[in-house]
Amino acid sequence: MDNNAPSISVEALRQGNRQEFARLVEAYSGPLYRLALKMLGDPQDAEDALQNTFLKALQNINSFEGRSSISTWLYRVAANEALMMLRKKKPEVDLGDTENDDENGETYMPIEFTDWCCLPEEELVSAESRRVLDEAIRRLPEKLRVVFLLRDIEGLSIQETGEALGLSETAVKTRLLRARLRLRDLLSVYYAERLQKVAEAE
Amino acid sequence: MNNQRLNCQELIGNLSDYVDGTLDESLCQEIEEHLASCPNCRVVVDTLRKTIYLYHETTRQPADLPSPVRERLYRVLNLENYLQH
Repeated sequence: MDNNAPSISVEALRQGNRQEFARLVEAYSGPLYRLALKMLGDPQDAEDALQNTFLKALQNINSFEGRSSISTWLYRVAANEALMMLRKKKPEVDLGDTENDDENGETYMPIEFTDWCCLPEEELVSAESRRVLDEAIRRLPEKLRVVFLLRDIEGLSIQETGEALGLSETAVKTRLLRARLRLRDLLSVYYAERLQKVAEAE
Repeated sequence: MNNQRLNCQELIGNLSDYVDGTLDESLCQEIEEHLASCPNCRVVVDTLRKTIYLYHETTRQPADLPSPVRERLYRVLNLENYLQH
């Protein structure tokens, strides 16, 4: 989370102070758009989700009880919005599918064992690599994706991620580990190829 | 992967806490003992760290909101008067 975010007066928001609302929008529209874009993968959908997030935040500001910070609450509204849009688009997907996984305690075991850490930095963060990083996020199941994005991209703590998603800290940790391991496998396939190409070129 | 006091599956189960530095010391020590003799787990730990680092590295800059998206957002929210360019 952005530690430089300005402090927002919830009281002023409740009283309908437009300037305070503008400050809220200015502070959080960038991160919330990034979250929506990485969740949904489509700029138009992300823009719709962003607009709905602030409209709903404004409508529901009186239900904000201050148990979490305003930013965590906004992430909660934004994450719900994105998950709802995904559900509308793909109603056949059972979004509860990882619920059971959390309970059965089975660990996702890695399947790729190439050590690609030695690749030069320009290979690791090339324009193509960045596309692969984004694509890998989109290939995660929604419930893992949202946890990874809140924790590792937006920088919420485990506790804040749990508050934003209505999950226990244990469930957040389980999903985060699974998301990270899957991403590592997906990236390993790509970087192993790059490693081979670099070796061939030498 | 091999069998020791702490097996590979147990190591993987604690990996997020280990790379985040939030695992208790005795378990860290068991993990390090395991890693010393298990090359596959070592690769998984190193590449997992690198995976997280790469995502942090590529999103470190402040999130960017394209100007047209920002302008439409402010219009929808009736905040045009607060649009600063």
